[in-house]
Amino acid sequence: MSLLTISASPHVHGDNSTKKIMWGVVYAMIPALLVSVYYFGLDALRVVFIAVAASVFFEWLIQKYLIKGANTIMDGSAIITGILLAFNVPSNLPWWIIILGALVAIGMGKMSYGGLGKNPFNPALVGRVFMLISFPVQMTSWPKAQPIIDGITDAVTGPTALGIMKEGLDAGKTVSELMPEIPSNMQLLIGNMGGSMGEVSAIAIILGGLYMCWKKIITWEIPISILLTVFVFSKIFCFIDPEHYVSPIFHLLTGGMLLGAIFMATDMVSSPMTRYGQLVYGVGIGLLTIIIRVWGAYPEGMSFAILIMNSTVPLLNNSFKPTRFGKEVKHG
Amino acid sequence: MKTFKLGGVHPPENKLSAQAAIEKIAIPKQVSVPIGQHLGAPATAVVKKGDEVKVGQLLAKATGFISANIHSPVSGKVFKIDNVYDSSGYRKPSIIIKVEGDEWVDTIDRSPEIDGNIKLSAKEITDKINEMGVVGLGGATFPSFVKLMVPEGKKVDFLVINGVECEPYLTSDHRVMLERGEEMLIGVSILMKGLKTNKALIGVENNKPDAIEDLRKLAQKFKGIEIHPLKVQYPQGGEKQLIQALTGREVPSGKLPLEVGCVVNNVGTALAVYEAVQKNKPLFERVVTVTGKSVKKPSNFLTRIGTPVKELIEAAQGLPDDTGKIINGGPMMGKALISTDIPVVKGTSGILIMPEKESKRNDTSNCIRCAKCVQVCPMGLEPVLLSKTSKLEMFEKVENERVMDCIECGSCSYTCPANIPLLDYIRYGKNKVGQILRERSKK
Amino acid sequence: MNEVIIYTVGSLGALAIVAAVILYFVAQKFKVFEDPRIDDVEEALPSANCGGCGYAGCRAFAEAIVKSGTLEGFNCPVGGADIMTDVGKVMGLEAAIAEPQIAVVRCNGTVKNSPAKVKYDGISSCAAAATIFSGEGGCSFGCLGLGDCEESCDFDAIHVNPKTMIPEVTSNCVACNACVIACPKDIIELRNVGKKERRIFVSCVNEEKGAPAKKNCDVACIGCSKCFNVCPFDAIEMKNNRAYIDYEKCKLCRKCVVVCPTEAIHEINFPLKKLKTEVKKEIPKKEMETIKVDITANLETKTTERTKDEKPGESPKEKTIKETPSDNNDDKA
Repeated sequence: MSLLTISASPHVHGDNSTKKIMWGVVYAMIPALLVSVYYFGLDALRVVFIAVAASVFFEWLIQKYLIKGANTIMDGSAIITGILLAFNVPSNLPWWIIILGALVAIGMGKMSYGGLGKNPFNPALVGRVFMLISFPVQMTSWPKAQPIIDGITDAVTGPTALGIMKEGLDAGKTVSELMPEIPSNMQLLIGNMGGSMGEVSAIAIILGGLYMCWKKIITWEIPISILLTVFVFSKIFCFIDPEHYVSPIFHLLTGGMLLGAIFMATDMVSSPMTRYGQLVYGVGIGLLTIIIRVWGAYPEGMSFAILIMNSTVPLLNNSFKPTRFGKEVKHG
Repeated sequence: MKTFKLGGVHPPENKLSAQAAIEKIAIPKQVSVPIGQHLGAPATAVVKKGDEVKVGQLLAKATGFISANIHSPVSGKVFKIDNVYDSSGYRKPSIIIKVEGDEWVDTIDRSPEIDGNIKLSAKEITDKINEMGVVGLGGATFPSFVKLMVPEGKKVDFLVINGVECEPYLTSDHRVMLERGEEMLIGVSILMKGLKTNKALIGVENNKPDAIEDLRKLAQKFKGIEIHPLKVQYPQGGEKQLIQALTGREVPSGKLPLEVGCVVNNVGTALAVYEAVQKNKPLFERVVTVTGKSVKKPSNFLTRIGTPVKELIEAAQGLPDDTGKIINGGPMMGKALISTDIPVVKGTSGILIMPEKESKRNDTSNCIRCAKCVQVCPMGLEPVLLSKTSKLEMFEKVENERVMDCIECGSCSYTCPANIPLLDYIRYGKNKVGQILRERSKK
Repeated sequence: MNEVIIYTVGSLGALAIVAAVILYFVAQKFKVFEDPRIDDVEEALPSANCGGCGYAGCRAFAEAIVKSGTLEGFNCPVGGADIMTDVGKVMGLEAAIAEPQIAVVRCNGTVKNSPAKVKYDGISSCAAAATIFSGEGGCSFGCLGLGDCEESCDFDAIHVNPKTMIPEVTSNCVACNACVIACPKDIIELRNVGKKERRIFVSCVNEEKGAPAKKNCDVACIGCSKCFNVCPFDAIEMKNNRAYIDYEKCKLCRKCVVVCPTEAIHEINFPLKKLKTEVKKEIPKKEMETIKVDITANLETKTTERTKDEKPGESPKEKTIKETPSDNNDDKA
């Protein structure tokens, strides 16, 4: 028998592990992935494959030759970044832009801070914003959704529903004039619209979110507070002037709102720790998103809103403490 | 189902010895009785080398207010008074007795009849418990009589009895409730009389349905004793958590349960109180669970204090070959022992033998700020912040983040997906802050 | 166009004059007198800010000196006598020259001398480990080898030897006291560097009685008092089952080293040869060997240091203790 081990309590460990959490997120993204393959065909798979492979490769490369640490690619976080990155781009994006985006996401967004757990911003969003600013044309020519069962035809590109709305309103048209041009709410829900791969099907993403809640990977606070804020805030606008401000349902179902609220804002590394902090963070994202969508230059504000709120996380962690045990309770 | 509100985890219960009835274990050839086996000042030895002692005779006298008498668990000759390793991992002064026969002092009532007639007054009960060296048997070993001395102006609304046994593996309290239920309930009545309260709440986690049912039947005979099943959740056995689960009251930070009109005692303590008050029997034996996944016969033994751990392991059919760690207590809060020669003390609720593959800690990785530790902390603290600031020796910040509220339950380390030993760092910070506070109060 | 320039210059100039006048009066009103000697003293100090003097930093030390107006009780362990003389010059005082000191690790419970009986698995902190058990070797007083001293050292002067798991002090040591405070077992002590850097000390702080002490560690002080009896200078005191050599009284005669039955008394920097001729008959062979090993171990650390400094010609003993700290300070400054 070897020597007895002495260590401080506790002597058992739960079955939680970083790997398990990260792979849980990967599983949660599968429904959305399947839907995007259904609508965009094999192009979707191509983009996901390139993004994941590039992300994992860059993480391995940087970890091995720059950080000189243990191999971390198997913890799955690079895979998540890759998939999220792919979900945020049009499925017809040239491969070299994807690789460049993955390099920025992993290299600048994550590894430059010291790797998993130390990045203040969501790496996938850093990559996405980089691509959006550097390659605006390629990043905004969205292929129309064509169910794979209809047979493979030449891809038709066009703006997203949000884009149509934004341009139309900017050009002085009213909501009711634009309504026929955009897909119906039902179509938005199942994902039959043009857009980036991950944002197309609301149902698939909600399914993934429920899975993560069930597995206790995420808590309800962040997604619910974002969606609720967006709903309330845009409802106010819509109530004041329904001809110039579009309905809240439209805001919720388009432009990666759900993808952002469920998969990107909830990224544990770059979101606050305490419940109240998370609620404030979610409300902040919701407000900023609508502000950018309504008054900003871009039709879509989710990524910028999340990145801006990411930067406030240390402050939120400091300001909002958990409910401490031991408050005075009156008793008789 | 009631439980406490904040945090908590649910580790695999592994109550392997739940069906093993309490067995009396043979008296060993030699016992070593540490003189400091309770919280507070160590007792002072009143016997010397060569003295003949009987079972139940006073070996060491309490010194100071918070301290406890220690009685001989065996009869025989005092071999020497020397330092012996105890569960703290250090050598502490102990009285070593060579056993000869099993002769008890005459004052102990050894009849098996259950005596439910409480004759003593509240004051006499407190004195008796003090004299018989009864301490809390849940693990903290706080001298019991101190809890009965309610300061003036404070009123005890509830006597809370801890039958939760939230630690995985351990079953000694469970067996006590099942087999000695009636005596235990008389003990509770004695404590109620001592505290001048007429309500006692016994909290039992509902993974012990047999004990709940038994006690409910028995409790009908007693006035003011209620049995409450609780949802299984660790650390429900924590004093503050249990009070919240049963009464909804929250003990304020840095205060005693008395602040909210509660006094907490363990079921084992209640039994010891019964024996001390009704049978005049000092606390010199207790029920110890010997368990572990590779232990051949997980058991509950009625053991004399001072028995070396190896005797218990022998009685459970030997130390498994793959032993990697021996723990005094449960897996969440127990202390790892450095050898099998360490004696059983008043606070030993179990001996847990961990297989080698489970006794090593896994490799740690980066914190991913998942806040799982914040979610499970039953005191509403931020373990990640406390451990980080302790590591960086920012003790002022550690203090401000209420490190002294930490009950060291280990839920944070248990749940951390990155395997960071959060509690190790927090404990370090807590010790340092404790030192700073003591120095400050001196000034 | 010209008008604009004139107006601008004029109005801004007027504003500047008004501001200057206000500032002048405010500065006069809130002037704080600070003794210029504080700056001078601080200048003279090594600005290592190690806290070895007992003050928060060099500035605080300088303030305290100037405030008290005397040098008594003030000593900069890093700079030693030279720096204190400089400070004395600034203050116009005679510096009391303190004997230079060095940290000494008073435990030799190496993995060989005190074999591990259990295995520690936890955070690498002596302070944390000390709260859960006595140490892998079983000695309640011995070194835990987890390197709190190494962590606390600002001068790269103390390192846990991975082979023995006992820290070793190099000549970088400036006696700042940080490791003494950091050690939870109070093993490290500051002692006078001694003549020719020679030191004799009891390398054990164990307070157990002889038998249990010896059980845990081959080289424990068993409190036999042999050294106490043999010491001609009354430099050894026996307390709590252990011997302690007073470095002020010790005359480095080495009689105690020879009589110690457990080799708990260490001598440092004594020549091997002289020892041989002097006490050839008195010590058995085994003891001789260990003494030899001890000294070579000491040489070893110095050799590695020498290669680091790239001064191969220099013999380890020629290197004085003062040299290295001042080098170090230059680096820091």
